Amino acid sequence: MSLITLGASRIGYETKIYFRSPDTLFFTFLFPVVMLSIFTAAFSAGGNVGTQPDGTGGISVGAYYLPGMVAAGMLLSGLQNLAVDIAGEKSDGTLKRLGGTPLSPFSYFMGKIGQVFVTGVIQVAFLLAVANFVLGISLPTEASAWMTFAWVFVFGTITAALLGIAMSALPRSGKSATAVVIPIMLLLQFISGVYLQFYMLPAWMQNFASLFPLKWMAQGMRSVFLPESFAALEPSGSWDLGLVALNLGLWLGIGLILSRVTFRWIRKDT
Amino acid sequence: MNEQAPVVRVRDLHKSYGSFSAVNGISFDIQLGETFALLGPNGAGKSTAIEILEGYRHRTSGDVSVLGTDPQKGGLDWKARLGIVLQSSTEAGMVTVTEQLTHFAGFYPHPRPVGEVIDAVGLGEKAKARVSKLSGGQRRRLDVALGIIGRPELLFLDEPTTGFDPEARHQFWDLIQGLKGENTTILLTTHYLDEAARLGDRAGVIIGGRMIDIGTIDEIGGVDARVPFVRWRDVQGRLQQKRTHEPATLVAALVSELGGEPVDLEVVRPSLEDVYLDLVRSQGAAESDGRVGSNAGPVRAPETTERNA
Repeated sequence: MSLITLGASRIGYETKIYFRSPDTLFFTFLFPVVMLSIFTAAFSAGGNVGTQPDGTGGISVGAYYLPGMVAAGMLLSGLQNLAVDIAGEKSDGTLKRLGGTPLSPFSYFMGKIGQVFVTGVIQVAFLLAVANFVLGISLPTEASAWMTFAWVFVFGTITAALLGIAMSALPRSGKSATAVVIPIMLLLQFISGVYLQFYMLPAWMQNFASLFPLKWMAQGMRSVFLPESFAALEPSGSWDLGLVALNLGLWLGIGLILSRVTFRWIRKDT
Repeated sequence: MNEQAPVVRVRDLHKSYGSFSAVNGISFDIQLGETFALLGPNGAGKSTAIEILEGYRHRTSGDVSVLGTDPQKGGLDWKARLGIVLQSSTEAGMVTVTEQLTHFAGFYPHPRPVGEVIDAVGLGEKAKARVSKLSGGQRRRLDVALGIIGRPELLFLDEPTTGFDPEARHQFWDLIQGLKGENTTILLTTHYLDEAARLGDRAGVIIGGRMIDIGTIDEIGGVDARVPFVRWRDVQGRLQQKRTHEPATLVAALVSELGGEPVDLEVVRPSLEDVYLDLVRSQGAAESDGRVGSNAGPVRAPETTERNA
């Protein structure tokens, strides 16, 4: 069987496992929907975000947080999901078993990245459906916005997946994986404009967040889902989509190199 | 690879971790269709040696050829000819037995039919059960099933029947006999010496990283290790034991001495387990005497025992 056919069969297999794991389903798949619902319920009484001085205009809290949650979903589906998943597979013997079969690492990675992509698409579709039909958040109608959505999503999700593969080398055991990975993810989400409004953060924190890819994913998604007037709230006063592409591209390269260099079927013996 | 070349050929294999020597110069061959049992206490270096042959670990020195290939350079085509049953794993098991085997069958060019393999390992009733719901023994059977699904030419079995009940063990033995019938070459490690005696054509005993004996199952330990025991109770009711090459003569002498049937009379030929335990004990004694490595002592040197080299 060819590497590609095998990789495709890995995508099906991995996706099946993803949807059968209760932990993943809650902490990765449903997390953005749950957070968006909580934020909407908790903060809507405070009025709209970005209103005029006279209190009119602006958008609902839910609408403001939606792009951040879309970005968080990409990060969780890619980085958190794979870092925890592969660290677990390393310590429970899954990788060792696969390493003794004629499965090529290429097909294995195709399965992992494919799983992230498939589950990420379903996740974001579900999130947008809940946002639109349950929370009453209106979605963009222009084709150009959806084009931007498409490239930021594809680019960002693959970057997050590659970084997840690289990060799986960090935890020393499968058991410690969530304890190592989740705090880093939470920290990134706080400083990158997922849970806190990015324009409210101090400049040094914004600059620090700019070193990591989540900030750029969130910024790209804000350009898709927020009205044009909100660009003024960005640090530079514009969406800077060129910088978004550049930074995601850079992290894609870093992820590709790190995942290739660090990956082993079994822990390397000395 | 010509017909005469052994399936596995190991010469002077060494593996050290820092100053610790896990495998210290072992040599052996396994011929086509042969089942070779590797015996030895925990930590003796069996698994390290096997994992070098499987391609998982790199050796420090020595020559290794498996199916005509150096395992350190073995590619996917080479792996497709192997079946590997590792020591137990603890995978999450969110797929069913059938799903798992069907998926793995897809890795190999000429897999066995999934249903056939499930029946062969006795998991027919669990075919639709999640792997996570299987008992320890059932998981082990699935491990074996995954090891043979690709129709391997060479099968590695690292303590395959740990956690099996006696019935499952006998079923497993029948399964392996069937594979031997198909000319599968097998390398087996086990702590059950009856298993090694039942399945193995030859055995090697590894202690402290060295092969201290190697030979057919009924030759291991040498002729002296196989001298029968005669046991009986004397007139005071104490258990007596004597080793002799002429047990019948001894029994006859006992009968005339006691003037009748000796109580609890037994004539026992040492099993592989007895021979093995003797080897391990004498090796322990030799090590504390500092005689390891010399040809002295009760342990036969590996050079003289490599009959198939």
